[in-house]
Amino acid sequence: MGNAMDVDENEWDQINAKNWRGLGLTDPIKSVEDKWLLLPAFLKVKGLVKQHIDSFNYFVDVDIKNIVKANNKVTSDVDPRFWLKYTDINVGFPDRNEMSSIDKKVTPNECRLRDITYAAPIMVTIQYTRGRSIVQRNVNIGRLPIMLRSSKCVLTGRCESDLARMIECPLDPGGYFVVKGTEKVILVQEQLSKNRIIVETDSVKGIVQASCTSSTHGGLKSKTYVATKKGKIYLRHNCVHEDIPIAIALKALGIQSDKEILLLTAGNTEAYKSAFSASLEEAAKLSVFTRHQALEYIGSRVKINRRVMGPRRPAWEEALEALATIVLAHVPVNGLDFRSKAIFVATMTRRVLMAMDDEKMVDDRDYVGNKRLELAGQLLALLFEDLFKTYNTNLKSAIDKVLKKPSRTSEFDAFNTMQFQGDHLTSGFVRAISTGNWSLKRFKMERAGVTHVLSRLSFISALGMMTRISSQFEKTRKVSGPRALQPSQWGVLCPSDTPEGEACGLVKNLALMTHITTDVDEQPIICLAFMLGVEDISLATGTEIYGPHTFVVNVNGTIIGLTRYPTRFVAQFRKLRRARRMSEFVSVYINNHHHAVHIASDGGRICRPMIIVENGRPKVTSEHIALLKKGTVTFDDFLRKGLVEYLDVNEENDTYIALYESDIVPTTTHLEIEPFTLLGAVAGLIPYPHHNQSPRNTYQCAMGKQAIGVIAYNQLNRIDTLLYLLVYPQQPMVKTKTIELIGYDRLPAGQNATVAVMSFSGYDIEDALILNKASLDRGYGRCQVLRKNATLIRKYPNGTFDRLADAPIDENGQVAKKYDIIQMDGLAGVGERVDPGDIYINKQSPTNATDNTFTGQAASVPYKNTPMTYKSPVAGNIDKVMISDTENDQTLIKVLIRQTRRPELGDKFSSRHGQKGVCGLIVNQEDMPFNDSGICPDTIMNPHGFPSRMTVGKMIELLAGKAGVLSGNLQYGTAFGGSKVEDMSSILMENGFSYAGKDMLTSGITGEPLEAYVFFGPIYYQKLKHMVMDKMHARARGPRATLTRQPTEGRSREGGLRLGEMERDCLIGYGATQLLLERLMISSDKFEVNACEECGLMGYNGWCTYCKSSKKMAQLTIPYAAKLLFQELMAMNVVPRLVLDDA
Amino acid sequence: MTSRNAIDPRRLVGVHAERVTNISSTDYPGHYPDEDNSWNLEKFQKNLKVKVQRLSQRSIEFDLVGVDASIANAFRRILLAEVPTVVVEHVYVWDNTSVIQDEVLAHRIGLVPLNIDPALVEMRDATNQPTDRNTVVFKLQVACERNPHAPKNSKNPAELYINHEVLSSHLVWEPAGEQEDVFAANPPAPTNPNIVLAKLRPGQEVEMELHAVKGVGKDHAKYSAVATASYRLLPHIVIKKPIPPHLADKFQKCFAPGVINVHPLTKEVSVDEHNIRKDTVTREVLRHPEFTDMVELSRIRDHFLFSIESEGAYAPERLLPEAIQIMRDKIANLRKAAEALLHADDAAGDGDVQMASV
Repeated sequence: MGNAMDVDENEWDQINAKNWRGLGLTDPIKSVEDKWLLLPAFLKVKGLVKQHIDSFNYFVDVDIKNIVKANNKVTSDVDPRFWLKYTDINVGFPDRNEMSSIDKKVTPNECRLRDITYAAPIMVTIQYTRGRSIVQRNVNIGRLPIMLRSSKCVLTGRCESDLARMIECPLDPGGYFVVKGTEKVILVQEQLSKNRIIVETDSVKGIVQASCTSSTHGGLKSKTYVATKKGKIYLRHNCVHEDIPIAIALKALGIQSDKEILLLTAGNTEAYKSAFSASLEEAAKLSVFTRHQALEYIGSRVKINRRVMGPRRPAWEEALEALATIVLAHVPVNGLDFRSKAIFVATMTRRVLMAMDDEKMVDDRDYVGNKRLELAGQLLALLFEDLFKTYNTNLKSAIDKVLKKPSRTSEFDAFNTMQFQGDHLTSGFVRAISTGNWSLKRFKMERAGVTHVLSRLSFISALGMMTRISSQFEKTRKVSGPRALQPSQWGVLCPSDTPEGEACGLVKNLALMTHITTDVDEQPIICLAFMLGVEDISLATGTEIYGPHTFVVNVNGTIIGLTRYPTRFVAQFRKLRRARRMSEFVSVYINNHHHAVHIASDGGRICRPMIIVENGRPKVTSEHIALLKKGTVTFDDFLRKGLVEYLDVNEENDTYIALYESDIVPTTTHLEIEPFTLLGAVAGLIPYPHHNQSPRNTYQCAMGKQAIGVIAYNQLNRIDTLLYLLVYPQQPMVKTKTIELIGYDRLPAGQNATVAVMSFSGYDIEDALILNKASLDRGYGRCQVLRKNATLIRKYPNGTFDRLADAPIDENGQVAKKYDIIQMDGLAGVGERVDPGDIYINKQSPTNATDNTFTGQAASVPYKNTPMTYKSPVAGNIDKVMISDTENDQTLIKVLIRQTRRPELGDKFSSRHGQKGVCGLIVNQEDMPFNDSGICPDTIMNPHGFPSRMTVGKMIELLAGKAGVLSGNLQYGTAFGGSKVEDMSSILMENGFSYAGKDMLTSGITGEPLEAYVFFGPIYYQKLKHMVMDKMHARARGPRATLTRQPTEGRSREGGLRLGEMERDCLIGYGATQLLLERLMISSDKFEVNACEECGLMGYNGWCTYCKSSKKMAQLTIPYAAKLLFQELMAMNVVPRLVLDDA
Repeated sequence: MTSRNAIDPRRLVGVHAERVTNISSTDYPGHYPDEDNSWNLEKFQKNLKVKVQRLSQRSIEFDLVGVDASIANAFRRILLAEVPTVVVEHVYVWDNTSVIQDEVLAHRIGLVPLNIDPALVEMRDATNQPTDRNTVVFKLQVACERNPHAPKNSKNPAELYINHEVLSSHLVWEPAGEQEDVFAANPPAPTNPNIVLAKLRPGQEVEMELHAVKGVGKDHAKYSAVATASYRLLPHIVIKKPIPPHLADKFQKCFAPGVINVHPLTKEVSVDEHNIRKDTVTREVLRHPEFTDMVELSRIRDHFLFSIESEGAYAPERLLPEAIQIMRDKIANLRKAAEALLHADDAAGDGDVQMASV
């Protein structure tokens, strides 16, 4: 009875609950249809690689000016009247850096083909003194490589036909550089955030420490720690020799009274007070009571590294300078007012005390909110600052050199000196980007591998590279924390797309709808905060700061003030942001543990857009979406109207986000735009990923990048080192929304194969696939491999030069077979077949090219043949021949050679569910099973691939694909959505197929029906780049290494197959001595040597050079490597003697 | 359920929810223990039925009844793999500036079915020398240029350019030797003139010489004489218990339209014997628990519903006789070889017999 009552009451509650939205029970529930359309709108304004491009634009438009402003003056030590000032800097548009060219415009494609750099001139406006007058001029100080599709790129804002004219693919995301003809990406780097306090504990050592990495725009970086040591708290910094007791540090910062120190650190909390007491006593024990004493104490421990030895300063001055400029450099000290820095140190101390008291108060380093992403723009800014400073020092010394001279013929003009400054900036940029070494001594930065060559294996691999994030953590460390999937990654980092193996979890990928912020000026935000009633921190005491209702307001990690009404403050602040009174990327959130409000406007935060929900209703309505569909509004309008806003990971903690509209409750603040955006671009290709076991999606993310397909619309106009293309690519039958958004349906990499999931012949074990020969005949899996072969026709310093020659004619007037395809110009004709051993560039080089003393006629020198020979074992065709010249006037010849391959035994294929397999057998069509409609499968897959892999998504893909084929449309397998299995089954039924997708097949061999029904339908299959033709290798005999006379190593050198140490151990264990001898010596580096029984040394021809006799010479067979070892030992004054027994 | 001429249960392949039973005939088809099944022509003739159900320009459907699966399958396999046709095999490229690479274009041309009667062309012999008896030559010369009369603002390439596509109709037969007379009745050309082989833009040109030779489908799918040839077994439905009237419509929906008749008034359910071939055996009826044990699905083992689609030179009705002829030739060949083996004892030899290739 009682139960029934409860149920009744609950029902009542539910009915009431439904009324809160102001809707009656019968009102239809309106939902925002197609709110996912915001996603394409977002991508339209931001593009897929917006983070790179935004960052670069920020550098070029804003940051570069700030850097120049900070270093804008060059003076002379010689002439005090001279000065030179940079008033402005501008980056132009990319142009051709050749004097003679008439059309200066250059396209990225030309740069790729001609191996030149896509760079734009950097123009500065200078003002300087010339004699008595001040002159203003514009100077080109160097060239900056330009990011494709950035605001300085010629491709930006062009329509598809314009891009076609420039031989550029409209689907190419840009965001990379073209340096010396290669496409280079600056990967996104993940770092701990700067200027924030991070509290950590070391449970083994019992240490609690708060650390803060300060970084100011001057580029200074230093790390300050406040840490416990034996129960007491110390301040630690690199510029001080030993740890400073925290009380002394605070005293030095101007908090003299112990009471005030206690109030600012421990506040009125009893537990903190007692924990801090020991630290307070420490100062007294060291008899430091006043500020001066504290400064003296610190000053005597400061590391002094001054280049110019001036008069020695007192210790307290040293301490004052160190505290003001080096320790916690990001906290401003105005006119020696250390108040805010003292409060910052006190806060750090308090955080340590809190963590000592409660273990839960430590911070999580792996939390995404504590991370910042460093992008191309920031790295380039650092590089530019370094190069620009060096440039200025060089310029200064050059000016000094001129000014030093007592008499001049003409008036000194600094402009001319600048003209002869060389290409320091240009070469600096080019070197850094092409090698990836960012070694900036000035900023203590030493990083290698910052840039990578953009992988153009497939469209997806290029795209995947642009969204990649590399971590600064060491790969070898065996900690799981940084590698683990963090809950805060939701929506901003793809949970599936990470490599396997050593970089697992350290290399991540951005999700589809993320944005990475750039710096926003914080000064107006601080003003705004004060206007919203924040009290200045320097007016507050410890009692106020740690009062029960006060919240500290931080802007970018610096404490600026207090507020007693944090919720109201934050709400008002957000309102202003939604009204676009400040940048939409400023985030604000309350940290209730620390009693703090944090405002962040720094660059590198990851954020994503979300629909704002107010009063239980999403602000985006169907009407808005209708306008979006019409194209009258853009994503920016949604932002401007305050319907959608960006939230960074920290601010997400302050919100209550509904995944679907039906989940909205009164406390909901935001609504997700679309759940599938939590996956990245690469994981977005997988149909029904939410039905798969998670590692399978990760495997597919790795394999999707190896799939052969269409690379770009301009693929046939490109000359890449290696290019794999599919002859007949198809868009997948089962698409996802992501596929449409990134353009994979227009640049696909795979084909829809009709798959029968059944066992066939036994050649399909271990994931091997059976292929239908007729399908291969008709073009299934057919691919092309294009390989670049380039050479330079050089001009040598001694005046000689390389040349091309036509095919030589032998005495019979015949042209040798290998010269068959060489035409009059010494190059192979386009379209000709190249057989192994054929020559396709008949180049000749002067024999005395390195002889710098040569002075004769360049044309009369003797030449030797230095032809380019085709090495692959399979014939190819000449696809393209290009003749051009590089930036330094060397003739460049590129020959593209193409092979067309049909799938063969051992070629690798994969579906989109991490299920790879090699072709195990190619079966004639008549032997293949067929269904009632007479359809033969293209591929037979063994059903054993399913149970352990649990890739249910693949089965649903088959079902949806089959339904799509039958109904004549494409189906969707979008994550967390997609076409429903029930719908697919009913389509199958309507078309006379079994609802389960299983067909009754007839064996093609016996002609009788098969005993089982077979799961039969289309699955999108990718051909992977691993092909047998490139791998197969064996040798009976072949080349040997010159030094050791052992067989060479590796397929490319036609090497032997090594019998390694472990194999050797097996043979030893088995006792197969003769086999050992054969494998390790006879078949390898057998060597007949004459040794003297008398002295044990090696002689030759039966003569011992040591004993000067041939009496006791014996012949024996040893490995050549052993003989070499003996001789090398002898060279080191060690005599190895052979003791011969029973000779 | 109405008793009609009951089918010998041994002729049925059982179709169950999750498996197919009784798929094989006996080891010696048509023979059962303790019965006299000795082969005689009359009985065979009586049982053997071939009836054309549908014949169109490009396809034929017929019933083949009374033979074992191995025989029907042999016809199917021969149709796919061994009936010869004439298609382009050698392509000599003089010029190709289209976006399609030479070998891809050649591959596409190879897949174009030609209307050359294979009977008029000989197989190439071991020397592989082209003669007018074994090779048919085509020329392909297409150049694209701008259409001077194109309407303004047109974006349609068909209006803007002349020859914007290389079509199969651009293949021009070049008669050689006696071919003019031999092919006089039916000049060689692609069966379908509208196959797009490549797309061109102004300034691009394709010039090729194509040599068509005779071959069989087992060498390359392009030689296959059929688009496809396949068969299925005639479905057989037995209603064992009367279907409750309220379930009659649902029962009807479990089968292809027309297979099950429901009496409009009595809701009595019966199988339409004439339309039963329309059923696709979806096994839908076995899925619903309410129809358990009410119906038995099966297929008739020796009743083949054959379907042949032709895209090449053969008229669809010519294909089966052609296949039978090839099979007979093979059998004759085998017989000859077997007989040679029989007499091999007399002649001194190693016992190997040379089989002439078909």
